[in-house]
Amino acid sequence: MSLKTPLGRVLGLGSAKDGTGHWWAQRLSAVALVPLSLWFAAALVALPDFSHPTLTAFLAGPLNGALMILLMGVLLYHSKLGVQVVVEDYVHGAGLKVVTLVLLTLVHLALGVVGILAILRVSFGVVG
Amino acid sequence: MTSQTQRPLSPHLQIYRPQLTSVLSILHRATGVALSVGALVLVAWLVAIAAGPAAYYQSLSFFGSAWFKLLTAGWAFCGFYHLGNGIRHLAWDVGWGFELSQAYASGWAVTAFSFVATALFLVLAFA
Repeated sequence: MSLKTPLGRVLGLGSAKDGTGHWWAQRLSAVALVPLSLWFAAALVALPDFSHPTLTAFLAGPLNGALMILLMGVLLYHSKLGVQVVVEDYVHGAGLKVVTLVLLTLVHLALGVVGILAILRVSFGVVG
Repeated sequence: MTSQTQRPLSPHLQIYRPQLTSVLSILHRATGVALSVGALVLVAWLVAIAAGPAAYYQSLSFFGSAWFKLLTAGWAFCGFYHLGNGIRHLAWDVGWGFELSQAYASGWAVTAFSFVATALFLVLAFA
């Protein structure tokens, strides 16, 4: 017979570590990606060609630049949340799991910064 | 935790006959991982554009290749599938479509949408 209090027993059960935060963030970013990804597909279709002047002119448009930055941010956030669950499910061993998760988080963060900076360079006309 | 149990374990996944619902479920995860790789390549493409015309035209030996077109077709399919099935998941999240017949109907609808949208996108974007 355990001498633990009912509260102590409940607190010892399971290991959620966080509440519904991850689940909710994944759904919220998914909803945002529905219009953003459809816009991106339509934009690619609407481009007359994939030459450098065409692409820079496209990204230099204020709305296109903003939507592209939003797409990169939300896409990479959603991607990070998704691969995190995959790693949590399939990578065993606490050490390897934590190292993989840290690396994937940093890679996503770096990709977001690099991608958005590239868009801004074109948007601000740094690239001719 | 290393397990060296000799006792019978629950059956492995491959013993079950594949069903539409289970195949689409694992495909959602697989396409998601493929799209994460696609996001990395999308960033590389943006960097190539931002690096200037000379660098961009050099990068076309990769982005303009037939291999890359094939990859793009794959990512387009993954994207439209993940989009369609993601909306199916969001519908489940609000409690809609849990009946077995509805789950199969939406599953086939998502499958059809993925192929039609991918074909349409590739024809319009590249043809």
